[in-house]
Amino acid sequence: MARLTLSDIHKSFGSTEVLKGISLDVANGEFLSLVGSSGCGKSTLLRIISGLETPDRGTIEIDGKAMTALAPKARGVAMVFQDYALYPHMTVAQNMAMPLIMARLPFHARLPGMKWLTPHLAPLRAEMAGQVEQVAQQLHIDHLLERRPAQLSGGQRQRVALGRALVRNPTLFLMDEPLSNLDAKLRVKVRTEIVDLHRASGLTFVYVTHDQVEAMTMSDRVALLQAGTLLQVAPPATLYAEPQSIDVAKFIGSPEINLLPVCAEPEGLRLGATLLPLSHGFKPGTDLIVGLRPEALRLSAPGLAQLRPAEGPELQLDMVQASIEDLGSEIVVHGAVAALPDIALRIRAQKSLQSGVHKIALPERLSLHAPMATAVIFDINGKRLDPQSVARRQEALA
Amino acid sequence: MSHITAPQSVALTAKLRQTLGQIRPAHVVVTLVLFIGAWLMIFPYIWMVSSSLKPAAEVYDADFSIIPKTFAGVKNYSDVLFGQPYPRFMLNSLIVCVGILAVQLLTAVPAAYALAKFRFRGSAILLGTVIACLTIPINVTSIPIYLGLVKVGLLDTYMSMMFPFFVSVFAIFLFRQFFRGFPDSIIDAARVDGMTEIEIVLRLILPAALPAIAAFSVFSFVSHWNDLYWPLIVVQSQDKMTATLSMMQYQSEFDTNYGRSFAAATVVTIPMLLVFLFARRAFIRGITMSGVKG
Amino acid sequence: MSVRTTFERRQNRIAYAFVAPATLLIVLIYLAPMAMVALTSFTDYTLVSDYWEWVGFDNYRQMLADPAVSNAVRNTFVYAALFLPGAFIIPLLLAIAIQERKQFRSILELVYFLPVTSTLAAMALVWAGLMDSRQGVINAALGWFGLGPLNFLGDPGTVLFALAGISLWSVIGFNMVLFLAGLTAIPRSLYEAAAIDGADHPVDQFFRVTWPMLAPTSVFVAVTSSITAFKLFDTVAILTKGKPDHASEVFLYLTFLEGFEYFNMGYASALSVVFLGVIFIFAAVQTFWADRQTHS
Repeated sequence: MARLTLSDIHKSFGSTEVLKGISLDVANGEFLSLVGSSGCGKSTLLRIISGLETPDRGTIEIDGKAMTALAPKARGVAMVFQDYALYPHMTVAQNMAMPLIMARLPFHARLPGMKWLTPHLAPLRAEMAGQVEQVAQQLHIDHLLERRPAQLSGGQRQRVALGRALVRNPTLFLMDEPLSNLDAKLRVKVRTEIVDLHRASGLTFVYVTHDQVEAMTMSDRVALLQAGTLLQVAPPATLYAEPQSIDVAKFIGSPEINLLPVCAEPEGLRLGATLLPLSHGFKPGTDLIVGLRPEALRLSAPGLAQLRPAEGPELQLDMVQASIEDLGSEIVVHGAVAALPDIALRIRAQKSLQSGVHKIALPERLSLHAPMATAVIFDINGKRLDPQSVARRQEALA
Repeated sequence: MSHITAPQSVALTAKLRQTLGQIRPAHVVVTLVLFIGAWLMIFPYIWMVSSSLKPAAEVYDADFSIIPKTFAGVKNYSDVLFGQPYPRFMLNSLIVCVGILAVQLLTAVPAAYALAKFRFRGSAILLGTVIACLTIPINVTSIPIYLGLVKVGLLDTYMSMMFPFFVSVFAIFLFRQFFRGFPDSIIDAARVDGMTEIEIVLRLILPAALPAIAAFSVFSFVSHWNDLYWPLIVVQSQDKMTATLSMMQYQSEFDTNYGRSFAAATVVTIPMLLVFLFARRAFIRGITMSGVKG
Repeated sequence: MSVRTTFERRQNRIAYAFVAPATLLIVLIYLAPMAMVALTSFTDYTLVSDYWEWVGFDNYRQMLADPAVSNAVRNTFVYAALFLPGAFIIPLLLAIAIQERKQFRSILELVYFLPVTSTLAAMALVWAGLMDSRQGVINAALGWFGLGPLNFLGDPGTVLFALAGISLWSVIGFNMVLFLAGLTAIPRSLYEAAAIDGADHPVDQFFRVTWPMLAPTSVFVAVTSSITAFKLFDTVAILTKGKPDHASEVFLYLTFLEGFEYFNMGYASALSVVFLGVIFIFAAVQTFWADRQTHS
């Protein structure tokens, strides 16, 4: 049960500034993903939350209590490391018992050989063993308790690492790319297990990953980090549909969003020779960028089924097809805007079962249609133009 | 202006406090102990060089000083280098060390390559023998080898000084471990390209194994330069005496010629100090690689 | 099929050509001498006379009764008992202390390692000078505390201490480098996990992470140092020659004397066989331990 509040966290290593003022609130019981490409500072931020690093500036609070100056063990956080960091010389049971031993046994009883010299602590030791057993059962690793990490598979190690984190009853659960050492199939399985674990425990999770799929599928909210600054913190669907900047739009979604450089004119937005029927509200001469998700584009070509006319203004583009990726359930068409060969286009379309086993063939020249309502518009610096103000301007001009 | 400088000065004092906070008394005490220990480690060298610059009477002077009161360095060192056959001794040591190393590399590299990358009948037995021999020191086999050398009349020759070290099982083992890491696909590609096995060894394996070879070379050179045991057994004449073995004769002269004794000791140690200065990394790599074999 | 076999046969020929020189030398330098030393140990062969005969286990029986042998064994054990704890603990503490240090780390590493490559025969003379009974620097220092003077190398009661001290000086850097390599190999994330788990006290860190993770290195250091202790030779040959009153006559030096001073080759061979037996025991400890590690 914990609410995490970060305010204005700064961190530099030598002359490189890794975190440039991060402020973030994580609600009690929330699953928040910190996502970003490698080197963006997400792992450093996680280590600062855990107490393994101290920030140069800024504060960390858990449930309103200042944590910035506290040692990791005093914060009540649990952490799962990318390489699991299991103690190779200890059995699974010993690995999982470690946090309990450290928290409950007095210093002298932790020294080697003291097990036999402190018989009065035997009940306590038995109780801790019971707790380990219980968590192990919960994670279905109770048959592995006497093994060493070297004798376990990747998935089993992952579970032991989770167990070691769970056994201490943390208030805050931190995970540093915990799935990156697993193979693709197992990754999907453990992904759902972690989500289930989150739901069952009701704990606050902070989850670091570079994989947008993990971030999008697992989290309540995603915090996108780039070069030490937070670009956007939002639920996955919002992040996808309403990116606040081009960087967010480009990071989230695969294949990547289509970006068309346009120039505002009184009649619409000009893309080469084409005039997009949109937004008469911009000051003529302003350079803008229109973003269109690949699945928002629809194909039409002689020989293909007729498209139903869309509601509202529609964009039309001519395209030169370059390649087709058939992914089984859908196809991805790569190509370029006919008039401007430098502008790459990606189209994602559902494949109907009728197309069967035949190799998909499309004519080289295609016509694209997209409802303008799906377009997101950015200014030349990559900042999202507020959709409401765009709409208002359009209304005013109509 | 003031609200710009304020956070800066806060940050500055914080940084200062942090640096001061890092200076813990225990840390200071440990550092002090480490430096006292370090002084004990190098003091023998300082004393040796200092004594080598003093006249005989001053070496054991009651009030010891590092700087000689009477400078006798020139005389001591010229006595050692020109009055005694020290250049000869050093040359002998060099010949023996280089000879040993050359044959060791010539025999170990191809053998290690074959053991690492070929499967042939007897390879397991050979590897087992190599590993078993790792534990056998020269002290165990010295008697039969000595008797054999007596039989063939090779005593007191360079050959006899080098022979027991012509094959280094350590080198074979070390290089085999190193070669095994070399990708088979590259070797296969080279074979497809028409390289012979010898060319593969010379043009692919050797360059890749250079760090291991350098480490072993330094290791071999140092151990044979410093070896006292075997030269003591087979060397009989001044003519073949090695630098290290020459230290034996100072025992008898020790009482009279202190300055010169320590000048000689300095001269003998200098090549090893040079190795230390320029090849320490390689030497340490040799040690730690030997630790890996576990 | 036939193409493949000719290729294989050719590869086989090359392999044999590659291992032939090394194999021949291994036979000449290791295997044949080992067999010879074992055989000679059952003879009364001396280099002085050509006549010899088989004497069975007489040499070994003589060894058990020989006061010189029991003296050498005792000296070796006393020396090892003085040398080994220091040779293990001092480098371990040094490595841990130096590893943690940001400043001075490289200079300290350098200085402590300096004696490792130095010619021990030459440095032994220097130590003899430092330990001189009358005007040596060490006795001068002891005099400051109102102690001594001690005749380090000339007194049967102190000579093994003195030799152990010199050996320690020369081996500390070697073992320290091994421990440093072992420490560097411990993943940082283990210490971080331990810190999260609550083990951030240095003592907890040492016993929960450092010491168990260092175990392979520790066994290696212990075994190699034991063998080093057992092989003590150079400083004895240069400084004491087993004197005073055989108080520094250690096992290897006695074997050397029997073989190459008195030329009792049969007897010296028997001593060599025992010597090898002890070394094999050390090697077996190490192998057994390594095996246990990989199988558990």
